[in-house]
Amino acid sequence: MRNKSIEIPKNTLLWMYEKMVTIRLFETQANREADAGKLLGMHSSIGQEAVPTGICAQLESNDFVLGTHRSHHHCIAKGVELNSMMAELLGKATGTNKGKGGTMHIADIDKGMLGANGVVGSNIPVATGVALSAKIKNTSQVTVVFFGDGASSQGSLHESMNLASIWDLPIIFVCENNRYAESTPYEYAVAGKSISNRAAGYNIPGLSVDGQSVLDIYEASKTAIERARKGKGPTLIEAKTYRYKGHFGADNPLSYRSEDEENYYKDRDCIDNLKKHLLSNEITDQENLDLIYDKSLKAVDEAAIFANESPFPSPEELYSDVYVSYK
Amino acid sequence: MRTISYIQAINESLRYEMNNDENVIIMGEDVAGGGNRDDKLDAWGGPMRLTKGLVKDFGRNRVRDTPISEAGFVGAGVGAAAAGLRPIVDLMYVSFYGVCADQITNNAAKIHYMFGGKVKVPLTIMTAMGVGGNKAAQHSETLYSIFTHFPGLKCIVPSNPYNAKGLMTAAIRDDDPVIIFNNRQLMGLRPSYEVPEDSYTLKIGKANIEKYGTDITLIGIGYTTYLCLEAAIILESMGYSIEVIDLLSLSPMDEETIIKSVKKTRKVIIVDEDYPRCSISSDISAIISEQAFDYLDAPPKRLNPPHTPVPYSKPLEKLYSPNKETIVKNAQLLLE
Repeated sequence: MRNKSIEIPKNTLLWMYEKMVTIRLFETQANREADAGKLLGMHSSIGQEAVPTGICAQLESNDFVLGTHRSHHHCIAKGVELNSMMAELLGKATGTNKGKGGTMHIADIDKGMLGANGVVGSNIPVATGVALSAKIKNTSQVTVVFFGDGASSQGSLHESMNLASIWDLPIIFVCENNRYAESTPYEYAVAGKSISNRAAGYNIPGLSVDGQSVLDIYEASKTAIERARKGKGPTLIEAKTYRYKGHFGADNPLSYRSEDEENYYKDRDCIDNLKKHLLSNEITDQENLDLIYDKSLKAVDEAAIFANESPFPSPEELYSDVYVSYK
Repeated sequence: MRTISYIQAINESLRYEMNNDENVIIMGEDVAGGGNRDDKLDAWGGPMRLTKGLVKDFGRNRVRDTPISEAGFVGAGVGAAAAGLRPIVDLMYVSFYGVCADQITNNAAKIHYMFGGKVKVPLTIMTAMGVGGNKAAQHSETLYSIFTHFPGLKCIVPSNPYNAKGLMTAAIRDDDPVIIFNNRQLMGLRPSYEVPEDSYTLKIGKANIEKYGTDITLIGIGYTTYLCLEAAIILESMGYSIEVIDLLSLSPMDEETIIKSVKKTRKVIIVDEDYPRCSISSDISAIISEQAFDYLDAPPKRLNPPHTPVPYSKPLEKLYSPNKETIVKNAQLLLE
């Protein structure tokens, strides 16, 4: 079991439980909307809820997060409203991006969510620049950039780790190693087998953690966030996690992986893990966890109603926001 | 009359804006030079000396030498802009866009639209281009057309120190991503344009009529405006009346000025140093054909390099681009 070297406050533990449950319920509802044809495919984050939750539990509202094509969990963990997120998925005018970004590009600058990016690895240099901005302006803001094992082979990560290291930027590179880049296993694609080892080449701390344990994620990122906030530079965290669904809606993951493997991870589910911890240590009781579940379900149901009842963007929206001003 | 070189004009603009707004920063390869060596401060001031002296006045926090890492630092420019700075990124030669195109076309160009107008990217990319340096195919391209293809980017091409200073300043203050294309052949020239010492801006998207005439319109872009003006002197000595439009901005583009001129002169030559296929000159030709067909006495004429990479050998390089002689020859064919 985990070495409990740090105390996590009870309200933080319950906050994390609620976030993870909300993410899972949101994703489940989003899948239903996709199955009903209201959005054509999405990249589900079910199974990976713990990674952004354990990190965002320690971020300030003006800290920054940047995500990927699979980013609903990052957004929810950073505090983006469910209503406007679900509306964005359905391409509605009330969406976070006015219906112009959709499932792969949710952004909410007021919440510090500086956008999800659909090109694998493309968000990492951008996040490095966001961290540079904090450094130049001498704020204490921290930037967290999430990416997958697939992006770990992109040059953009390596260029960014190099820049962040030579400039001591306040950034945390978080690789959600969910073991598959689409259908390609990381054991095949990642030379050396370890992504965190790659930090050594850039003289920055690199560590691998159990991505199914939100407590481990919390602990590992606590050190990284403190390091960044103190101006001591970046950290690379590899969170070993698993996506329960396929790469996107129509993908059957059993075409490239086994049921045994899926069951191995489902037996180590991140929400179940935290639940066991909360109950066995008598931090809370089942009744309270049920209340949290019901509250989360209600919020997701309300988001679905809000999204479905919202109008589509007006035709003029096709032409607006290309530029701040043109001509 | 105060005249300065193109390099000085850009440098003056950068210096003024760095003084004016603490959010303005510069990064790129050797923009200071010498990295962090205290005894070698301002070793280069940029490969073209555009940023000379800035690190001494504004420090290494705001004038940053980068590793050779264009995807990294151009992308960082996008992120820094999205987070509230006004970064100027130096992409040494435009051909190097190939290693950072994703950051320019997928991020700089699209973030504002994709994020529903809620995030601005006030990034300026400055880059050098052009033949004449005996530098072969990867250091001599005049690539601007390809960037005008992307909605979300603004593309400006100054032609002299006066408009270089005014457009550079406008680019830095603009809330959209702007690429400023600096032709290397213009950089060392010190033409007789008065350049005010004070700061000023020119409107991005407005062409300038350098010379009014009635017989034919010559459209120049950056260095080719200079060529058009030289050709005009020769053509005027033959008794023709020549109108020269300096396009200055390719996105947005001043279609109104082009169409109005062509409706008057009924003949037009577009002089463009970029490759001929799917180019800004083919676009201008199409716009003229669509909007002023009935006014034309002849099809719009495009003068471009051949559809080949830029050659190395000096005699071949000399043959490559349009020059004042080819402009005069083609104008005569249309005018006779």
